[in-house]
This record gives sequence, C-alpha cells and structure tokens, in this order.
Amino acid sequence: MRKTKYLIVGSSHAALEALRAIRQVDGDGAMAMLTRDAHLPYSPTILPYVVSGRSPASRVLLRDEKFFAENGCTFVPNATATALDANARTVALASGETWYYEKLLIATGAAPAIPPIPGLENVRFHVLRSLEDAQALRASMQGARRAVVLGAGLVGLHAAENLAEAGLVVSVVEMQDHVLAGYFDATASTRIEAAFRDHGVTLHLGRKAVGIEGAGESCTVRLDDGTGIEADLLLVAVGVKPAVEWLAGSGIAINKGVLVDDALRTNLPDIWAAGDVAEARDFHTGSPSLIGIIPTAVEQGRIAGMGMAGDSYLKPYAGGVPVNTFRFFGRVALSIGKTTEGGAEIAEHEAQGYRRAVLAEGRLIGFSSVDEPFDVGVMGELIRRRVDLSGCRESFLARPLETGRRLMSEGWR
Amino acid sequence: MGAFDTIAFHPERCDGCGACMTACSTAKGGASRLSIVPGAGDGRFELALCRQCGDPRCVMVCPAGALFKESDTGVIAWDETRCIDCLLCTAGCAYAGIALDDASGRVSKCDTCDGDPACVKVCPTGALEWVTAGDIYRDYGEKEDLFVPGLSACQGCNSELIIRHAMRKIGRNAVVATPPGCIPGMGSVGYNGKTGCKVPVFHPLLTNTASMLAGIRRQYDRTGRKDMVVMALAGDGGTSDCGFHAVSGAAERNEKILYVCVDNEGYMNTGMQRSSTTPFGSWTSTTPVGDHMRGKSQDAKDLPMVMVAHKCAYVATASTGYMDDLYAKLDKAIAASFEGFSYLHIYSPCPTGWRIPSDKVIEACRLSVESNFVTLWEYTREKGLHFTRSPDRPIPVQAYVEMLGKYRHLNAAETAHIQAKVDEKVALLRQLAAA
Ligand SMILES: Cc1cc2nc3c(=O)[nH]c(=O)nc-3n(C[C@H](O)[C@H](O)[C@H](O)COP(=O)(O)OP(=O)(O)OC[C@H]3O[C@@H](n4cnc5c(N)ncnc54)[C@H](O)[C@@H]3O)c2cc1C
Repeated sequence: MRKTKYLIVGSSHAALEALRAIRQVDGDGAMAMLTRDAHLPYSPTILPYVVSGRSPASRVLLRDEKFFAENGCTFVPNATATALDANARTVALASGETWYYEKLLIATGAAPAIPPIPGLENVRFHVLRSLEDAQALRASMQGARRAVVLGAGLVGLHAAENLAEAGLVVSVVEMQDHVLAGYFDATASTRIEAAFRDHGVTLHLGRKAVGIEGAGESCTVRLDDGTGIEADLLLVAVGVKPAVEWLAGSGIAINKGVLVDDALRTNLPDIWAAGDVAEARDFHTGSPSLIGIIPTAVEQGRIAGMGMAGDSYLKPYAGGVPVNTFRFFGRVALSIGKTTEGGAEIAEHEAQGYRRAVLAEGRLIGFSSVDEPFDVGVMGELIRRRVDLSGCRESFLARPLETGRRLMSEGWR
Repeated sequence: MGAFDTIAFHPERCDGCGACMTACSTAKGGASRLSIVPGAGDGRFELALCRQCGDPRCVMVCPAGALFKESDTGVIAWDETRCIDCLLCTAGCAYAGIALDDASGRVSKCDTCDGDPACVKVCPTGALEWVTAGDIYRDYGEKEDLFVPGLSACQGCNSELIIRHAMRKIGRNAVVATPPGCIPGMGSVGYNGKTGCKVPVFHPLLTNTASMLAGIRRQYDRTGRKDMVVMALAGDGGTSDCGFHAVSGAAERNEKILYVCVDNEGYMNTGMQRSSTTPFGSWTSTTPVGDHMRGKSQDAKDLPMVMVAHKCAYVATASTGYMDDLYAKLDKAIAASFEGFSYLHIYSPCPTGWRIPSDKVIEACRLSVESNFVTLWEYTREKGLHFTRSPDRPIPVQAYVEMLGKYRHLNAAETAHIQAKVDEKVALLRQLAAA
C-alpha cells in the first residue's frame, strides 16, 4: 500500500488548482495525484482544437514532469480509482494497488452522458472528453461525409463547427428550441444559429432523436417528427454526468454529483470534492447544482485545497456563476450569470452586435452578448460582489465596458 | 515567489490625455493593452491594465497552457502559438487586464515591454509610474540577513526593515555602532553575552558615536583594510542633540564614515520625549497637550540641511515608502564613505510614539513625501543638491497630518503653520537645486 498525506484523484483544472493552494501553505506535505488518463494533465476544453488540428496533442499539456518534481507531487497516470474505503482511508485502483491518504480530494470531473436511445448500442458513435476521444473523432472525420451531432451545447457546437470546416455535411439535433439554451436568450441564440446555418450546418431544434437505425459506422438517426438523417459519423454530446461510479458504496453523499458544503467538504471526514464531479452551491439560487465549467472547477479546487492544507485564509464558496465564452466561426458570444430568465429588469441593445444586461434591485445578475465583446471577468465580479449600480445605472447600460472597467479600477486599486 | 517591478497608477495625476494608449498600440502594433476610462467625477480617470497577479486566475482557467507567470520577471506571459482564442482568460480577470483585440480577434495583455514600458515614458503627468521596488525586495531577499531572527521592534516599526535591508546591502565587511535608541533597544547589540548582529556591533554612548567610529576607521586604514564599512545606525536624538558635536566634528574632519540617522522625531525608546527634530505641534511626553501647551512650540531642526552646510562627501534623505530611492542612495552613501563623511537621513514614522495604526506606517511615509513634509534629495560637493523625487504637485500637508495621532489636537492655524514651514523649506531647497 502506498501512503500519502494529500491524495488528489483526477488531474485536471480542479486538481491542479488544489495542488497550488495546498503548496501555498504546506511546502512539503507528501502529495500524490492519480489520474485515469495516460497523459500529463490537459483540459477537456482544448479537445475541439485537437479535433480541428489547430492544437497538436503534444502541445496541449498543462504541466510537465518538472512541475510535479518541483512541487513534490507524485504524478500517477493510468491510475483508475475503483473504490473508496473512507474508514480505512484508502482508494483502490483498477491495477490492484491501494493508496492510503490523510486528506482526499475527489476531482474526477464528468463523463459524457449517453442517452437511452434505442439502437445507439449497435452503432459506432463518438464522444468528446479525452484526448483519445479527440484523436478518434479526428481520424473518423477524414473519411466521413455526413455527420450527425446529438446536442447543441458547448461540446456539440464546437464539434459541429470543426466538422463543417472539415467539409462534412453536418446536422445537429437539439431537444431545446435554441442552441446553448442555458446561456443565451432567444435573440442571442438566433444569431448563433444563423451563423451555423450560413456555414451549411442543418439545425434540428426542438427535436428529439428517438431511434438509431443501422449498425457499425453508418446509421440513420430517426427524429420524433419521423425525419431520418443519414450519418457515417455520429457524435453524442447531450451533456455530462459527474464521474461518481467509483464512489458507490463508500458512504459519500451523492445526488447527481458529490454533495459538498461551502468549504467543498463532503459528508465524510477529510474528504473534499471539487470541479465537475461536485454538486456545490449555486450563486443565484443558493441550492446545490452542477455547473460544469472551468472557472467553477478552479474556484472550488482552490477552496478545497486551502481546506485540505488547513489554510486559515479560507473563505467559504460564494456559489457557482455560469460563464460561457464561445467563439464560433471567428465570432464571439459571451455570457455570465443569469441571463435568460424573466422577472428581473432587462436592458437589451441591438445594433451591429447584441447585448443584454439583467439587473435585480439595482445590481447586475447577468450579462450576455453576441458580436459585441465585453470583459466577462469584470461583469462577473460586479455580479459576485453584488455591486450597487444605482449610482451609475445610465452610464453602465449605455457604456457597460467602460463603466465596468471604471468600477473595478476605483474599487480595487 | 517574490515581488516584481510593476506599473503603478496615480489616478489623481491622470488628465485623460490618452498618450499612454497611443504609445502602447504603436509599440505593440494593435489595440492598446491599457485603457484609460472616464472616472466617477469630472476630470477623473481610471485605468484597466493587467496587474500581473501573484495568483493569476487567467492562468488557472486557461485550458491551453497559453498563459503562465514568468518566474524571473513576474509578468504573465502569453504564448500565442498555444492560445486557442477561447477567451476564458477574460472571464478569469476582474480588472480587464486581458481583453479581446477586435482587429486581430485574439486576446492581448501588457507584458511591461520587457521592463521598459512605452506607456510610462510618454505619460506627461506622472500618473503612470514604473516602480522598481519589487525587484529590490527580490534581490535583497536572497542576500544574507546580518541581524539575528527575533529582534523585535514595536509592531509596524520601520527600523527593522531599515537595518535588515541596509545591512544586506552593506554586507559582512562592516563594523556597526548602534548608540542608545530604538535600534539597540530592539536587540541589535544582543542579550546575555550574545550579539544580535552577525558583524561586529557595539553600543557607544549617545555622545561619542562619530568619534569612536573615526578611531576605528583610522585603525583599519592603518592596517590596510580599505574595504571595511565603518558605520552608525543611530537615532535622531543621538545625532541631532547629544551626539551632535561628535557628528559635526567628524564631518568637519571628513572622517570616512557611513552615518545613517533613523529619524523618528524624538526619543521614542525612552518614553517619547521631544528631540530637536520633533516638528512643531507634535505631542510628546515632554511637549504634552493641555491647558498650557499644545505640543511642541518650536520648529524642527533640519539636520540634513545642517549636514549639507558641512559639505560632506555625500548627504541624502530617504523614506521607507520609497525603497528604490533609498537603495540607490545607500549604494552612493557606501561608496562615498570610503572617500569622506557620508550621511544618510532616513525618515521613519513611529507607530507607538506618533500614534499610527501599525498597518499604516508605510502609508504615513508615502503621505509625508507626497505632501513634501519629507523631501527626497541628495547632495554631493561636485553636483550640489538635487531632488530625486519631484516636489511638484504636492498634496496638502493636512492629508499627512490628520493620519497621525500626535497631531490630533491641531487647529487650522497650527496646521497652516506646518504647511507654511513645509513651503518655506521646499522653496529654499528649490533655490539650492536650481543653483
Ligand atoms: C469539448 C469540451 C468543451 C468545453 N468547453 C468549455 C468552455 O468553453 N468553457 C468552460 O468553462 N468549460 C468547458 N468545458 C468544460 C470543462 O472542460 C470542465 O468543466 C473542466 O474540465 C472540469 O474540470 P475538472 O477538474 O472538474 O474535471 P475534468 O476536466 O473532467 O477532469 C477529470 C479528471 O479526473 C480523472 N478521472 C476521472 N475518473 C477517474 C477515476 N475513476 N480515477 C482516476 N482518475 C479519474 C480524469 O482522467 C481527469 O484527469 C468543455 C468540456 C468539453 C469536453
């Protein structure tokens, strides 16, 4: 059995930020980072660029061996965790090895959700979460002509753009009436949809795939209105689910993800969870939710790491704020906070670009735009700090970028 | 990780001319990487610029490994060949320090022009400043600390900063005199037969410091040791009052001594009695505030000017609010001490005796200089006197005075008196500097 003080399972954004936070106060406590992956850390977010060929697989790694040596962290690739025994404080691996820990971070992220569509099990389909997935998709793309993408979220749309740019005939099927529904209102989504249509992508919005006919590489995707779309490349991108299988029977409280408090602690002693695997407070509702994006993974990783190292500067997690920075065909769509719901005060502006500010009680709660870039981090800070905008409301709505920059400069010299 | 050089912004000096932005976009060939935006009131401006954070969120959210903090400069560097233009970094930054350049479709951010920022050079008002203090702390952090750990001054006191940093620069070839005052009070001369300093240190009388040093220097000269720095770390009382005849005599004889006076405007170590450098209006235990007295009724002796009148090899004033300036002067003062009498006067606010919160001492240093209460200058026989920081555009002395508890009782007329003395002093210095 191998032993360590800090055991981190997972090697992506949440894990790396936890490492940094721990080392900030504990320079030499023994640490190990286990990952199912065969590679040094990389981000799932880079994968569409591996698919397109823009980022060679060799240049996407976020850290090198030297980093782990310098930080006194044993990096263990090809290490799939299969079970947790919280009483014995051990994590068992598929290889048969076990690791004893004093403090454990669960940062196993999420895995693609596979919808229960009849016939899906008979065909070869792709998902996009690992480097191997990206390389397989890139390989299949070379010979394929017609692609169907299930799901018009971030992953689906990124891939659809890749496939269209590679010359394939692409169809996207989405249950919701608009693409990127969680992030953008209908006006914004409509602009994005038009861009995809202009680039030859067929969007089947408000439609469900009800069956997959065929076997092997080629198939027909049957929609709920009877339409059949032929494909020799099928990508399933309907969403993700937290990677919690290995925790079954451990006594860890799980809803959809691992439930954590505002210090990112699970219900069991000395075990934290952060990132896509965790179900933590939502900033707007205050209730547990899954917000599977890098900024929340990093924020949670940091707080968990501070807690693990006993850092007295730890401040409780304020809750996740949805963020989306989306580039499509060279254009820009951005959103942060609560931008879609009604009820609050909404200020829209449409000219060359489109922007939408959502306020409640004189404070910003959401901001989004298409073709009109803004400083996402500045708006995020105004939202998170609940900055009172009543004194500069007019200038904020007329010139949000300038006013936002001014407020940050004034407030935090 | 250490401190680094940085671009500082003084909003009160910015007139919104925009020359910095033009210079940036010319130097970098694209959108300006800093932006000046209208501020809250008329004629007020604010700045958005990368702050080269110590825990950079932009770096941690980057999925491409395209951003990283350079360990030698502290600059957050951008690798354009790795960047995938996803803009997540802009979501990580709360200051708009990294933003999309519309023309190129890529992000851009300040790289400080490799330590020679184009924006600072063109700023006509001094609103942008290239502050090199960070480099100094990093360099000196690596040098040997010649005082033992555990010396304890009052919380917030500058003296520890001064002596530890000065001795790091001076190095092991030194003999140090610490006459009675706060510095030996902190333990520099040691306890129970053990010294508090890793170079020879001794505790002369208040009255004979400069004389003893003169003798020590002559003995070293006699034995051929020309590389020894023979120096004092003294207070204002020991220098300006009871030790003054010795200091004046050594200066007149041009003894090769480095004399550092740490001026906290009184005998703080023994219970906060007034000294000749205590300024007008100050509360001290011997110039109390009550029915008959309202603090010190005389003005301070301007000791550094007195030393200029001695035509020393080197005379300079310094403040710990401006460490880069202090360091440059320390270099010159050390060099000059091999040639003749070298005098460095460091103004050092006293949290205990002046009644300043311990976290506001450096702030007091800054305001003292920004208001010209303290002026930063140096003198040599060859070049005369010149300012090392411009006394132009001072803030009212009121801003400095009101943060100090020892002036709490001052009325408008008394504050006006202090302002008048400051103006008078600066006028004289300007004449000398212009000559
Ligand atoms: C194609 C794509 C595009 C995306 N685009 C964006 C975007 O634009 N913006 C954004 O904010 N987010 C985006 N995301 C989401 C973002 O990548 C995730 O939110 C983020 O990676 C979460 O980080 P994490 O550390 O929680 O876990 P993950 O990145 O999911 O990493 C999980 C880690 O755990 C390891 N692991 C999993 N199970 C085990 C096990 N049993 N044993 C050992 N190790 C295990 C994995 O190998 C991996 O190292 C995108 C995701 C994808 C797939």
